[in-house]
Amino acid sequence: MTTVRIPLVHLAHARSGDKGNSANIGVVAYDPAHYELLVREVTAERVKAHFGDVVRGRVERYELPNLGALNFVLHGALDGGGTVSLRTDAQGKVLSTALLRMEVEVSGAVAEAVRDRGFVPPDWAPEPSHEWDGGQDV
Amino acid sequence: MARGTAEGVPEVVRVGGGQGFWGDDLEAPVRQIEGGPLDYLILDYLAEVTMSVLRKLRNRDPSMGYAHDFVTLMERIFPACVERGVRVLANAGGVHPEACACAVVDAGRRAGVGGRAKVALVRGDDLTERLDELLAAGHALAHMESGEPLATVRDRVRSANAYVGAGPLVEALGAGADVVITGRCADPALAYAPLIHAFGWDSSDHDRLAAGAVGGHLIECGAQASGGNSMAEWWTIPHLDRVGFPLLEVAASGEMVVTKHPGTGGRVDRATVTEQLVYEIGDPRRFLTPDVTADFTSIRLEELGDDRVAVRGIRGAPATDFLKVSIAYSAGWTAAGTLLYTWPDAVSKARTAERLLRTRFRRLGLRFDEVHTEFVGWNAAHGPLAGDPPADLPEVQLRMAVRSADRAPVERFAREMAPLVLNGPPSVTGYAGGRARVREVMAYWPALIRKDAVEPFLEVEVLEV
Repeated sequence: MTTVRIPLVHLAHARSGDKGNSANIGVVAYDPAHYELLVREVTAERVKAHFGDVVRGRVERYELPNLGALNFVLHGALDGGGTVSLRTDAQGKVLSTALLRMEVEVSGAVAEAVRDRGFVPPDWAPEPSHEWDGGQDV
Repeated sequence: MARGTAEGVPEVVRVGGGQGFWGDDLEAPVRQIEGGPLDYLILDYLAEVTMSVLRKLRNRDPSMGYAHDFVTLMERIFPACVERGVRVLANAGGVHPEACACAVVDAGRRAGVGGRAKVALVRGDDLTERLDELLAAGHALAHMESGEPLATVRDRVRSANAYVGAGPLVEALGAGADVVITGRCADPALAYAPLIHAFGWDSSDHDRLAAGAVGGHLIECGAQASGGNSMAEWWTIPHLDRVGFPLLEVAASGEMVVTKHPGTGGRVDRATVTEQLVYEIGDPRRFLTPDVTADFTSIRLEELGDDRVAVRGIRGAPATDFLKVSIAYSAGWTAAGTLLYTWPDAVSKARTAERLLRTRFRRLGLRFDEVHTEFVGWNAAHGPLAGDPPADLPEVQLRMAVRSADRAPVERFAREMAPLVLNGPPSVTGYAGGRARVREVMAYWPALIRKDAVEPFLEVEVLEV
């Protein structure tokens, strides 16, 4: 079977946040059928390697098969923590999308099935907002 | 009020979230109260280091030290709360719950509910004045991550507060309080205290308490369980301009539905709820609160349609003998500044400016604990994971930040970026606001303390409006 490498963003959505100087990233499979694939491909070791110097401590992984989700705790990931860190993302709020850049190996069939997921469709445009003209007429 | 059965125990209790942090959507609590049935409204104002900020405000003005936005809000919603029987629980008391409660009483009188409402306050979470006594008694208050004893930073501590559990909140509700104001309190306890009060759950009802803790986790973070900050097909989530904050419909069994009021924006489905369940958790089998340990691997979700998700099957275990303590201590000074460089060669110009600045810092003998550079538009958020800069960026913002134990080098740093508008690489703009603002760094020191060192000091006081 031929396999291909695709970014995780096609298979999962994620949310991240802080606890002191650690960050957590919850990774949720769009399709519960892909949960086992995530368990196999998105290991703590690979996540640690993906982040390189960004994560100074260890990476722990917890499994939540009931939710089709994995939880990663990234120790020493926040440059001292929310109030000390000099980063714009001092609280690790977008480490979620940084993780979704990670490439995973999937079958050609899976790759084809999830090809468009995770991105706005090409024909999408924001709905026109209710024009606000400075409060004259709302 | 909650619909009652013959025995006086309600069939279902509705608890809604109204603020996820101090500064959250001011209209959200109003939508929660006016948009449909609700029994309890919970409001979270305190981030990890908010207490140190409030402590500083109280030191300047002894009448301050609480989230004053809450008083303005109560003046607005108090009549509707009293008429509809919605009771409010908020950790708005900060480091001065007494002053907050008095201000809310005055707000209630101005709003015309005098003689018709009670305001309760909970105190005893504040350990700042007790620290030396506690350390002397052998409470090390060691850092939860590093294990260092608090003694290393004791002289720089500005605030120390225990996250208290539901006990005093339940007591306040039992005394008839329409508004319960706490200082530091475990966030989910704001949500499960009303359930304990309404259903008479016992402290040994671990599964039900755990369900309450999970429910609290779902509704304490603004709209994060109802479509806010939700990644899955975010572009299809409707009307975030009037997003409905999440609310729980809980049965005495602990089974619950998470939903939002009809007609509000946002979405409650498996994806939005799951994203919030995994938000800011550690070991999912041990979600710790002062009153119960919840097992997130036991949660079963079922989509019921119409923005309703059933949350079932939750198992709990006894709480630990400890409360978490949040301590803030002064950790030096910081400032950040930006400059905007444009095409052509925006990144090259910004990088040249950065090198120039670092050379000047060295020549001036400025010593920093850290100098951090980001190029906004390329790598500010993802750092090295962003890869090489895309060719031909239309613009990039240079952002530099420094931190030092001493104030003087940070003050000098704050003066060094603006001059580059005239004296550095070309096509630069965007230095609005002038100098970078120098501010004190307040670092966070999480610790644990035995419950018996805090709980005997907790007090509830009830005031008549």
